[in-house]
Amino acid sequence: MNIASFAPLAVVLPILGAALAFLLIRHSRAQRAVSIGVLSLTLLLECVLLASVWDGGTAAVNIGGWLPPWGIVMVVDQFSSLMLVVSSAVSLAVLIYATGQGMADGDQDAPVSIFHPTFLILVAGVSNAFLSGDLFNLYVGFEILLTASYVLMTLGGTGPRIRAGVTYVVVSVVSSVLFLISIAMVYGATGTVNMADLAIKLADLDEGTRTLLHVMLLVAFGIKAAVFPLSFWLPDSYPTAPAPVTAVFAGLLTKVGVYAMVRTETLLFPGDSLNTPLMVAALLTMVVGILGALAQSDIKRLLSFTLVSHIGYMVFGLAMSSVAGLGAAVFYVAHHITIQTSLFLVTGLIERRGGSSSVDRLAGLAKLSPVLAILFFVPAMNLAGIPPFSGFLGKVGLIQAGIELGTPLAYALVIGGVVTSLLTLLAVARVWNRAFWRKPTDAEYPDPVLLAAPKDSDTGSRAGRTNVTLLPRTMVGPTLGLVLLGVSLTVFAGPLFGVADQAAQEMLDRTSYIQAVLGEDAPVPALALKAGGGK
Amino acid sequence: MSVNLTLLIVMGALYACGIYLILERSLTRVLLGLMLLANATNLLILATGGYAGLAPLYDKDTAAQDYADPLPQALILTSIVISFAVTAFMLGIIYRTWVLARQDEIEYDLEDLRVAETPSFDAEDDAEIPAETSEFPLTMLGGDGSSLSDHAVPRDAPEAGASIKAGARKIPAADAAAEEQPGSRNVTPGPEGGVK
Repeated sequence: MNIASFAPLAVVLPILGAALAFLLIRHSRAQRAVSIGVLSLTLLLECVLLASVWDGGTAAVNIGGWLPPWGIVMVVDQFSSLMLVVSSAVSLAVLIYATGQGMADGDQDAPVSIFHPTFLILVAGVSNAFLSGDLFNLYVGFEILLTASYVLMTLGGTGPRIRAGVTYVVVSVVSSVLFLISIAMVYGATGTVNMADLAIKLADLDEGTRTLLHVMLLVAFGIKAAVFPLSFWLPDSYPTAPAPVTAVFAGLLTKVGVYAMVRTETLLFPGDSLNTPLMVAALLTMVVGILGALAQSDIKRLLSFTLVSHIGYMVFGLAMSSVAGLGAAVFYVAHHITIQTSLFLVTGLIERRGGSSSVDRLAGLAKLSPVLAILFFVPAMNLAGIPPFSGFLGKVGLIQAGIELGTPLAYALVIGGVVTSLLTLLAVARVWNRAFWRKPTDAEYPDPVLLAAPKDSDTGSRAGRTNVTLLPRTMVGPTLGLVLLGVSLTVFAGPLFGVADQAAQEMLDRTSYIQAVLGEDAPVPALALKAGGGK
Repeated sequence: MSVNLTLLIVMGALYACGIYLILERSLTRVLLGLMLLANATNLLILATGGYAGLAPLYDKDTAAQDYADPLPQALILTSIVISFAVTAFMLGIIYRTWVLARQDEIEYDLEDLRVAETPSFDAEDDAEIPAETSEFPLTMLGGDGSSLSDHAVPRDAPEAGASIKAGARKIPAADAAAEEQPGSRNVTPGPEGGVK
């Protein structure tokens, strides 16, 4: 009995938990216990899965005993299990944060009790997408997480959320339709939707068909991953959602798109046929995204734009299709999930403490709440890539891989990456200077609450209720936990980079994946990569 | 692989109508567009299954190639369920929009508009100024003010040197007229706040 046989539980547990949490909808205390307990259990299981493939290797599970390529298969390898662990850890922190927020505000009423089941379904969808070894099951995973995210996005049903929700739903549905069209075409061309089987059969197609399928899949995933010019919807829809929801969306949803892009590029369509357009897209994503961030005055919108911008780094690493580049991209995805989520959680705390998330109104928070200042400062510097944080290490890895590749476009991307990193520093430093550093009287539109500076009061009025704890421990705790997780990515960067590089090696090699799914004697087609430049 | 031409033509028509509809501002039409897109895609999946055949129930006298391909049908069932969920959710959203705003059109993002306007808009300088800024009521400038309206000014501009009695003193008529001409700082500002 292989430990990897328990992989489907990573999907099943959250779904069962969601059903139970839905039944307990009138008992908020039991509901909280169930959802946090189930998610912790899932995280524990995924840690075991990661440990089982830590030294390499791939394990496949046939659902219902149907043999591939007919049945649905779930594949556990280093990349997917690493993504599972990071995403579940982040989801758990966000869930505790959201629970803390609900308890502090006394939200016992109906719409918020929907949050727990929906959140668990979101986690199940994310796990399903990461584990899927079947293109259609990947689509189902996407749909599970998207449908849950529609509900979370419009939680409460206020005017701005409905408006943002409509944009989000329509864009997501269109990208899903594109994905489904691609699946139909892939099936029409090859007669299979099993990814390992496709890796063999797609190689036999003629060049034109291959390129068409490749481009369609990349466009469908590019919308979900918010790669420029398909990123327009993200800064428009994310900031209006509740803080914990925005945090988990920013951390996970775009990364699932990136994950699917990585699988497309390495497993289904290896080689460097589309590397040049991907690199151009990566450069534009980085630069346009960060220039958008500089124009914003609302912290949530600013962070949404940095999110778009930093997707560019991952696409850059992916587009190099070298072990060094892909390894750095894998590390960067893990780093970015943690950091982006913690920054959005801190922004939620800033909004509670300062009464606004606009840098035109905020001021003097460093004096008012030093803990909050540290919680913001560490991940902000990490995002900008200040040594010795993991953001710096990830960027160095990407830049090294770019220089190793040595083409003019790669150098352009290296320069673009450095400039983007500096502009990110500028963007977060602006937030720091305004929201934390200056005096409240210097603000353009000073907040009356901050001007009065209730120095030692930890309570305030929110949403018509007085005496609400502004920074409850249940909210600061998970935020601190995530910030520490981000720092620990720095401390354990050595082994993590080792695993990332090994995962990249295996993904580019494909033998391990295909043989794990289809059996030891499956023919692995030779890579079309040989003609590519560099290593 | 044989392809049913009728199926393809219907699929194309559904895609065309669907894409046209999702570009509308009205949410109900967008929803109809999404439904058409989903159904067109279902037809596409069906078409990839190849020729029509017998129901895929095992019968030992039937050759393998006589069966219809069952997999596309399974995929279509899944995608129908998913589009059903999305349609139900969109209907909920449309109803909520109607309750909130009494319209089913998508609104502009206020924060988007604010950021777009930032460079050219200054709250203090460009705030909307009423067209009539004179301290003196127009009736004092001779008549009911019709001769000083935007359109009337170029035709019957007062001759140089003429002046108008305003209270205790006289002001040059040209100045009073220029105040009301298009392009003057005091004409109603454009949509972005500045003077066009």
